[in-house]
Amino acid sequence: MKNKYLLGLLLAPLFLFSQTETDGLFMSKNYFCFGTVYQHNSWNEYWEGDFKRENLNLGTVYSSSLAVMGNYGLTKKLNVLISLPYVKTKASAGTLAGQEGVQDLTLSLKHLTFKRKINRTAYTVYTVLGLSTPLSDYAADFLPLSIGAKSKTATLRLIADYQNKRFFTTFSAAYVKRASIEIDRNSYFTTKPYYTNRVDMPDVINVNYKIGYRTNTLIAEASLENMVTQSGGFDITSNNMPFPSNTMNALRTGVFTKYSPKQNPRLSFLAGCNYTLNGRNVGQTTSIYGGLFYILNFNKKQS
Amino acid sequence: MKSTFKKTSIYLLAVISSIIFTSCNEDLEERNNEFQALNPISQDEEAGAWKTFLLTSPNEYSLDAPIASNSPAFTREINEIKSFQANITAEQQRIIRYWSVGGVLRWNEIMRALVAKHNRPPYQNPDGTYPTPSAANPFANPEFPFSSPPYAARAYAYVSAAQHDALVATWFYKKQFSRIAPFTQDNALQVLVPKSTLPSYPSEDGAICGVTVELLKLLFPTEIAFIQEKAAEHQLYRIIAGANVRSDVDAGITLGKKIAAKFIARASSDGAGAAIGTPAQWAQLENETIAKGETPWKSLELPARPPMLPFFGKVKSFIMTPEMVIANRPVPPPSTKSDLFKKELAEIKSISQNQTRRNMEIVTFWADGIGTYTPPGHWNAIAAESFVKLNYSEVRWARNMALLNIAMMDAAISCWDAKYAYYNPRPTQIDPSIKTNTGVPNFPAYVSGHSTFSAAASTVLSHLIPSKKTSFEAMAKEASESRMLGCIHYRSDCEKGMELGQKVGNLTVQRAKTDGAE
Repeated sequence: MKNKYLLGLLLAPLFLFSQTETDGLFMSKNYFCFGTVYQHNSWNEYWEGDFKRENLNLGTVYSSSLAVMGNYGLTKKLNVLISLPYVKTKASAGTLAGQEGVQDLTLSLKHLTFKRKINRTAYTVYTVLGLSTPLSDYAADFLPLSIGAKSKTATLRLIADYQNKRFFTTFSAAYVKRASIEIDRNSYFTTKPYYTNRVDMPDVINVNYKIGYRTNTLIAEASLENMVTQSGGFDITSNNMPFPSNTMNALRTGVFTKYSPKQNPRLSFLAGCNYTLNGRNVGQTTSIYGGLFYILNFNKKQS
Repeated sequence: MKSTFKKTSIYLLAVISSIIFTSCNEDLEERNNEFQALNPISQDEEAGAWKTFLLTSPNEYSLDAPIASNSPAFTREINEIKSFQANITAEQQRIIRYWSVGGVLRWNEIMRALVAKHNRPPYQNPDGTYPTPSAANPFANPEFPFSSPPYAARAYAYVSAAQHDALVATWFYKKQFSRIAPFTQDNALQVLVPKSTLPSYPSEDGAICGVTVELLKLLFPTEIAFIQEKAAEHQLYRIIAGANVRSDVDAGITLGKKIAAKFIARASSDGAGAAIGTPAQWAQLENETIAKGETPWKSLELPARPPMLPFFGKVKSFIMTPEMVIANRPVPPPSTKSDLFKKELAEIKSISQNQTRRNMEIVTFWADGIGTYTPPGHWNAIAAESFVKLNYSEVRWARNMALLNIAMMDAAISCWDAKYAYYNPRPTQIDPSIKTNTGVPNFPAYVSGHSTFSAAASTVLSHLIPSKKTSFEAMAKEASESRMLGCIHYRSDCEKGMELGQKVGNLTVQRAKTDGAE
């Protein structure tokens, strides 16, 4: 019975970086799930501090990413996850050149910290430690067209998952510690001048709530996520470009679905979208994504 | 087995996370926090005879004689110092550390910060027009000023030139009154900064404060509270440190304020107020260019923004006559119909299609765009970091900063004169497929402002510090070329801009050779 339940979980693979860290899914030992996700984001309005505006010199800002991802069941209790996106940005108006390149490698350890099943209800707690580092020397100080913030990060996340029959709820909260970054200028002004090429990056707290339907073949869920920049950030100054250490807050909602055909449960397709409801110094982004995953079993063939 | 795994993995997570989350509190190392207390190699005792910019003579403004240093009133002033020192706080020690680096340097940094903070183009009105900052109503939206590069160049020049004249007068009166410093009068007095052998009345720091505060009140009227706070710190530092008694500082302030008034009167009538022009004048610039058979410049911003300070070329220079500005005006840019123009446009297009990370780095390093201290500010930072190693006296600091900034104000005047005499388009206006690595400045291309500012600055700095000539010239060249790498300028803009910058820089160098300081 227990094994059957685990099998159901392991066949449910990861998808987006953010989602893999926040979901209540886990690979069994020696199973390797890998795949790719394409994501497309766009916004034509953004919040400059709390002032919501458009910018005709940017028009619509697009970014798209193609990520390769993997999740390996190292032990019965520990998964190791990896992801690496290639990102491309573009503005529909104005003169600024879009950017593209390999972005940040993320490596996470996901630990099955607690699990209890009472009748048909499962309670699970995971602890995730994620580390990320930029893999290419992209320019962070070219917002909003930079492909990333270029900060090395460490994320500690706790995930609590509750599944009753086919319905589940997942709550997770993460603290993201961000290392200072190096920019191409040796002086800059935030709310005061700095004579250095290093920029202190404020940390971020991220909480995520999901609710939905989950079986071996189908997952359908709705989510609400809140990203809150901690102290040290500042607002985009009036009619100026954003800066990497701006406070960037966003409240997002989204839906997601994943399907694994009964005939080939090792294969899965996923798709979803997200929308930014409210924010500060971020674009009001609409994201859509889709991906494809496959699971390999590295266990010695037994029965 | 199972529990071993569990223990191991939990242990692993705990160890890694505690290392990461506790060891990441970094402190940024800021270069301007590393500067040492000013300890001049030479006191420039004869600086009271140096040539001034506006003062007709160093004693054009009178200064009362000081109280005698052996008087009871002077003893009470020394007692004030001692009473501060007896209960000195950590904050007061921080103020001493900060200001002892030098008044000219710290006020130059403060000014760079004010320029950066106010270097923001106004946000458009709902009808697509733009509001204009108003000196008469500085707190309205948009706040006054918009410290664009020409505004900033002029502001740096006025403050530096006024500081120079105030310090020449200070040196003059120091020699005339020869009042000894408090620590010379009272051997028991502690001095928390390097001792100066100069007479201490009037205080050079007081004079810097007096003159700078008055000019900054004019140039950055919304910042007066902040400016006064800094000035109060600066004055207090001299007294707590035991370098000056209060009457030294007060006399310096009085003298500085009188001299500031002369510079303020000049600033009010130097033509900068009219540099913005009127819609009729903007239309005329366009029509005149069309009449010449050329393609006129158009704003690439949306909504289209009026050209930046089109009549700044008519602002009154400290060194050049209006005739000299016209005489130095570069030859016309290649006609947009010429083969040379097509070749130069193709060069920029090719750069835009073959961008490299190194290009981006150079472009960003020198961009000095919105929200920064502008290219003149960048050269002030370069100069300050070079000067600080040379342990100049305050008066030489002021003189060298004034030469640099007057050259860059002349660069702004001459460059803006050329830009609006020719009113030619940016590369992206002619070929919208040329995407840029930095914002396109909202004024005509020819000649490049960065090139003119940088060549003027490097010419002056190379004269002041000949051992760093190669380095200054390499920086200027890179700053100039960064504008082509950013795809916002043609080669002619940069090359002719460099030539123009060298010309105006040399005018300042000629003055430097005859001002009595060399």
